[in-house]
Amino acid sequence: MTDQQVRADEALETDATRAALESVHLEGLEVKSLTQWQLARRKFFQHRLAMTALVILTFIFLAALFAEFVAPYPYDAPNVPDRSLPPTLEGFHIFGTDKIGRDYFSRTLYGTRTSLYVAFIVAGVSTVVGIIVGGIAGYYGGKVDNILMRVTDLFLTLPFLAILLVLSSFLGAGNPIRVAFILAFLLWTSLARIVRGEFLSLREKEFVEAAKVLGASDNRIIFRHILPNIAGPIIVNATLVVATAILIEAALSFLGFGIQPPFPALGKLISDGQDALTTQWWLATFPGLTIVLIALCINFIGDGLRDALDPKQRIK
Amino acid sequence: MTEPVLAIRDLVVEFDTPDGVVHAVDGVSYEVYEGETLGVVGESGSGKSVTVMSALGLIQMPPGRIVRGEAVYKGRNIIGLPIDELRKIRNKEIAMIFQDPMTSLNPVYTVGDQIAEALHAHDEKLSDNEGRAKTISLLELVGVPNPNRRFDQYPHEYSGGMRQRAMIAMAMANKPSVLIADEPTTALDVTIQAQVLEVMKVAAEETGAATIMITHDLGVVAEMADRIAVMYGGKVVETGTVEEIYHSPRHPYTLGLMMSLPRITGEMKRLLPIPGNPPSLINRPPGCSFHPRCRMSEGRELCRTVVPELISGSETHPSACHFRDEVADEVLREAAATGIAAHGGRID
Amino acid sequence: MRQRRPGSRHTGGVLTDRPPIDYAVKESQAKNGVLQVDDLKVHFPIKEGLRRKVVGNVYAVDGVSFHVGHSETLGLVGESGCGKSTTARAIIRLVNPTDGRILFLDQDITELDRKSLRPVRKDLQIVFQDPYASLNPRMTVREIVAEPLKIHGLYDNGGSDRVAELLRLVQLSPEHGNRFPHEFSGGQRQRIGVARALALNPRMLLLDEPVSALDVSIQAQVINLLMEIQEELELSYLFIAHDLSVVRHISHRLGVMYLGHIVEMGARDEIFENPTHPYTQALLSAVPVPEPRGRRDRQRIVLQGDVPNPADPPSGCVFRTRCWKAQDICAVETPPLVEQFGHLVACHFAAPLEIGIAASASA
Repeated sequence: MTDQQVRADEALETDATRAALESVHLEGLEVKSLTQWQLARRKFFQHRLAMTALVILTFIFLAALFAEFVAPYPYDAPNVPDRSLPPTLEGFHIFGTDKIGRDYFSRTLYGTRTSLYVAFIVAGVSTVVGIIVGGIAGYYGGKVDNILMRVTDLFLTLPFLAILLVLSSFLGAGNPIRVAFILAFLLWTSLARIVRGEFLSLREKEFVEAAKVLGASDNRIIFRHILPNIAGPIIVNATLVVATAILIEAALSFLGFGIQPPFPALGKLISDGQDALTTQWWLATFPGLTIVLIALCINFIGDGLRDALDPKQRIK
Repeated sequence: MTEPVLAIRDLVVEFDTPDGVVHAVDGVSYEVYEGETLGVVGESGSGKSVTVMSALGLIQMPPGRIVRGEAVYKGRNIIGLPIDELRKIRNKEIAMIFQDPMTSLNPVYTVGDQIAEALHAHDEKLSDNEGRAKTISLLELVGVPNPNRRFDQYPHEYSGGMRQRAMIAMAMANKPSVLIADEPTTALDVTIQAQVLEVMKVAAEETGAATIMITHDLGVVAEMADRIAVMYGGKVVETGTVEEIYHSPRHPYTLGLMMSLPRITGEMKRLLPIPGNPPSLINRPPGCSFHPRCRMSEGRELCRTVVPELISGSETHPSACHFRDEVADEVLREAAATGIAAHGGRID
Repeated sequence: MRQRRPGSRHTGGVLTDRPPIDYAVKESQAKNGVLQVDDLKVHFPIKEGLRRKVVGNVYAVDGVSFHVGHSETLGLVGESGCGKSTTARAIIRLVNPTDGRILFLDQDITELDRKSLRPVRKDLQIVFQDPYASLNPRMTVREIVAEPLKIHGLYDNGGSDRVAELLRLVQLSPEHGNRFPHEFSGGQRQRIGVARALALNPRMLLLDEPVSALDVSIQAQVINLLMEIQEELELSYLFIAHDLSVVRHISHRLGVMYLGHIVEMGARDEIFENPTHPYTQALLSAVPVPEPRGRRDRQRIVLQGDVPNPADPPSGCVFRTRCWKAQDICAVETPPLVEQFGHLVACHFAAPLEIGIAASASA
């Protein structure tokens, strides 16, 4: 038995099993089987890592949202008597304080809020832009597609950091919303590619052709027929963009660009605490851990979503 | 009384799916003897493919599960054998031809090389030249034009019909004792199908193999088979010779199939479709799995409660129906409705 | 295949209970049909290279003419690549004709733009082959069937009643309207597709292999349904299929296509019992018949070789490369589709099958 034959056999076995299961599922079982969303939801709930991440992230999100109520102190409130405290339960300084007595738990919390804020704006704007560009390119094809794809490629080759710096200085640096928009305009490309691919494939599907034959306008086809059917990949990609945005924003504010004081930023907190890593380790560590935790959670949720929405894995 | 080359005995196979347990194969038994062709006929969900795939260990367990049953090949049960033994049997002694040859032909090797390799695996003393010569003669036998040139071509350079022929050649290269063809011509055009079926007849003759022809096409099976097993809902509902099945069906489902087929000769004035839909293999109907669609089961308690066994008075023509003796009258009734000629319980 | 005396004309009265339709009128003359197609051509350019230069064409449909009359079914048969599907798609303008004319209800729709085509859509609809891909998985059945009404602004006045009526027409229960396509079997989905196509009360339906993807026992249900609806609503059908038995059952007339051309066309029983084009003869003899005795006395014509590449069709008669009657003239002169032996054939050597010819012709 050669390796080639063994591999061929294994491939055969996989195919045979899949074909057997498909033939069973194709013939409408008189069972009320679930819609794709219901199936996806069930699969997602079964994905332990994703569910745990979701719980943690929700917790963090709510804490950050209601920071005013949760945080024991404001972001920038020096309190010299309590300076340079390591993490302690006294006075609720659970993340410690810096050399002028500012509570780091509160600072981290506010910083997290900014990060999440920026991340969601980036995800939202880049998704919208990505859908528009990718959708038009994929739906109309031809020259339009060519031009739009070259534009996309152009954006991909832009020197990211340089542009951000230049734009920041022009558009008034520091404001989270501005930073978010700038980041969004640099991060939409991957989604555009995916959306374009989906449009290209769905365009040829018979139910889309049926809509055309019925006389449906392009608008109707795009919004009623194609978009609802590509929500899956869009969602998965959007979560990845969120994770990327958080990390980039943190890196930028760490370097002193992007979000500037007085706006809270986790990266800034890390850079502030950088010098005192050995003496006051808590200053840089907690903000850093928070970033890592959020990014990880989002990635796991993204994994869970991808598994749940993967059409090929419809049958367990 | 000769022994069958391959016998499936009371095979039960289930699958675990998110929607529940699928009873894909529910106590299937049939045999195939040397030199004959057994046609296994059924629609989607009948279990006709899963039966042989499970017997040959082609289904992954999980999600599949063989609950009970045997597949006896030359007196030996092959179910449960370790996978490498099964693979040896699969390649050398039980050959399979599938609907889509692209999945069984490796795209990165030439067709000739793949066939020669099969020959070599069978007879290790074969030299390269001998292997090439034998392969070319096989390709010729199956009707591939220009076999010399075609030897060195890749599967994607072959058309669909030629790929199937190449598959048949590969199957023959192993001189198998059993040849299993699973919907081999379903994806092919009618004229190509005719060519491939001719080739398969040649192959069956040359190798003397016991052939199992799995298909939903009643025309194909009438051409190729000596005996037929009709499957529905994971069970065999009727077996018999080709003559018996087509002219004197003794199961309402078989009859229903015959009466819902338009004929190219135009004999059917009206089609009498089988009402309803194929049964769910997860929530099976109680009693006879065909009864919800059966015209003969109107209001009959027995059909709804007791599962009919595949037995009958006559040895060779068993039918899994409680009222198999009434089917002959039903034949006449339905033939009259469709306009097809029938006499004495037999379709002409 | 049972042999009939050459030249005998069965126009349907004996073998079916459909009223016999008299097609004594020559094909090319009937002008009051619902659909008239004249010399339709659909060529797809093959582009290569950076500048997308056109290096050749796929001659998918290359000069096809036919008409479909009121309340009748024209079957269009042929194997893969013959162009039958492309013909349908060109008629419904999913693909644009390269040349030729399409007259629907006496209106020239060949070059109408999208806006002008909209009113035509109400009268001409299509049912697709794949029941799993032709319905939007995210829409309920009700939404799917109601969509044509909504698109044409006809939903507001009793639209939901109409939807219920349509579902009942295709033998589905109106309660099914709340469900999604994946909850239905293939046959049921196909019925939903038919209900959608009928929503606007069309005069004609194009049916592109509507039962090919269905199980045998379900095919018969859908075939019967289509025939009943045709009678009840006086619809015309262009029925495209590769399954000759199905076509025989449902069509009044049929055309046989090969590599973008119609090679033979006429009344149904004429063609089936008296085929005169070699391809038709081979095609009919290749169909396996569910009849074991048939094995022994069938004359099988087995064609050599494969269908030529539609980007590089043979000169003259496109069938000549596989035809046992081919002569020099076949390479030089494309045979026109003209009346011979009582129907239309495109062959220089068309002749009814005689016992003996087929036997010597088989490969």
